[in-house]
Amino acid sequence: MLNVALPKGRIGEKVYGMFEAAGLECPSIRENNRKLIFENEAVGVRYFWVKPSDVAIYVERGAADIGVAGKDILLEYEPDIYELLDLNIGKCRMAVAAREGFRDNAQKTLKVATKFTNIAQTYYTALGRDIDIIRLNGSIELAPILGLSDVIVDIVETGTTLRENHLQVMETIVPISARLIANKAAFKFKNDAIVSIVNKLSQTVEVSK
Amino acid sequence: MMMINDAVLMNEEKAAFGLRALYQSYGYTPYKMSKFEEYELYVRNKDFLVSDHVITFTDTNGRLMALKPDVTLSIIKNGKDSGDVTQKVYYNENVYRVSKGSHAYKEIMQAGLECIGQIDDYQIFEVLMLACESLKMISDRFVLDISHLGIVSAIIERMQVTTAVRAELVKCIGEKNIHGIAALCANNGIDAAAADDLVALISAYGDSKATLAALCGRCVDTETKAAYEQLCTVVGALERAGYGNAVRIDFSVTGDMRYYNGIVFRGFIDGVPTGILSGGQYDNLMRKMGRKAGAIGFAVYLDLLERMDIENENRYDVDVVLLYDADTDIADLQSAVSALQAEGKSTMTQMQVPEKIRCKELLKLTKEGVQTIETNA
Repeated sequence: MLNVALPKGRIGEKVYGMFEAAGLECPSIRENNRKLIFENEAVGVRYFWVKPSDVAIYVERGAADIGVAGKDILLEYEPDIYELLDLNIGKCRMAVAAREGFRDNAQKTLKVATKFTNIAQTYYTALGRDIDIIRLNGSIELAPILGLSDVIVDIVETGTTLRENHLQVMETIVPISARLIANKAAFKFKNDAIVSIVNKLSQTVEVSK
Repeated sequence: MMMINDAVLMNEEKAAFGLRALYQSYGYTPYKMSKFEEYELYVRNKDFLVSDHVITFTDTNGRLMALKPDVTLSIIKNGKDSGDVTQKVYYNENVYRVSKGSHAYKEIMQAGLECIGQIDDYQIFEVLMLACESLKMISDRFVLDISHLGIVSAIIERMQVTTAVRAELVKCIGEKNIHGIAALCANNGIDAAAADDLVALISAYGDSKATLAALCGRCVDTETKAAYEQLCTVVGALERAGYGNAVRIDFSVTGDMRYYNGIVFRGFIDGVPTGILSGGQYDNLMRKMGRKAGAIGFAVYLDLLERMDIENENRYDVDVVLLYDADTDIADLQSAVSALQAEGKSTMTQMQVPEKIRCKELLKLTKEGVQTIETNA
């Protein structure tokens, strides 16, 4: 039985569609109910929906054999897993944004508001820039508007929210998309099943490119 | 002579006893060390440690000391090069590291061995074979992944990249992240042939004979060829020794190349989500510490065994709870307990039914004898 952690939400549903097309269907998952686990014994698969930021933890700790997580989560938490495939969906970018017309004064410590403290720290350390990280859990865009921070480090999809709030992207740190990840031990002991799904999904990804 | 009932031992304790006997049977001698080491040793070799957080304290003489986060460094520091003689030691020690999940210090029980001296192909084979046997002792379903850093580092060297790109490449290798390697190579103008070799290396996984055969054509220059031949020699010896099904070639097994060189390996057992055994050849670390000899060794993380076989875990705290009251004759109670124990039943005497204790049988000793009150088994 292959245990698959799917991220709740729009991306997760798209991902399930890809798994279904690859032959790992589980019709009960489409039923409208409050079940947490969906199983199809005949094809040997068990799905469960989890919070997108928790997928990597389920996989790293072996509760799920494989899962789908955003590259942002993988860079932030650095789980000890295999990253087997870029599914090329959920595409966006991790970027630095600031108020329009913002000038970075390198003589001052840069105040950075973000949910992704590890990514921000790694990025600015590589640049040798001294920063003060302000960890926020949501509405990051508010921080520079209210003067809480100079810049923000956050996910930018279309840039609409930034534009509407007179913010602009200063730098792109890294492109983001959904990745197929696997638990390291599961890769050894369920290798045929995992390699088979990787091969089938990579064909789907190639076609959709 | 005291006999130990296997059933009372925890998984990690059983493994520790078994591993000790295994390593001794190959002439490895026990290595006992102090819990403390001078902090300076770890500062100088910070990158060799799994975690760079170390518990420190000031000794009575003012020296800054540390609770050992690692065993290998102490063994190297305290040993001396001794010509052709190979030093073979094993250990069973607690180390102190920060746990990734809780971000708090944790005491970790670790067993392992170090082979220091003339490291030829036989010594490498013997260490790998002992790694296989260590895993087999814990579970029949085990896998030992083997890589050769000589091949990986030669291919990366050919790419002529900056230290930062090199670090990113090594990270991608450890994650089997082929799309990441392809993107890095494309973004940094890396030679396509070298990129192709690296992708082929990381993609290869499975039966060792077939994997090695598939990679033969990619290991043709001086450095990679010598490393490839060494890998073939030791893997061939492991196959002849009967470990063919458990040994896999996996170049995603990495190690810091400033310390490790040559063969590196990682062991997994079914039921434990992370690698339970980790090791490799670390001649570079020996040079850094002023030693001329070569060295290879591995550690088994026994703390990971705690969660194994959770489904088969003993569902009862004790077989029998035997109730008695203030009027019970002490001799009658003593003989009732002895009789139950003679039947192989663990027995707890209590005057009242204890809360939170699960027992198979709840018995009561009365004047008429032992009476059953409840049976849960």
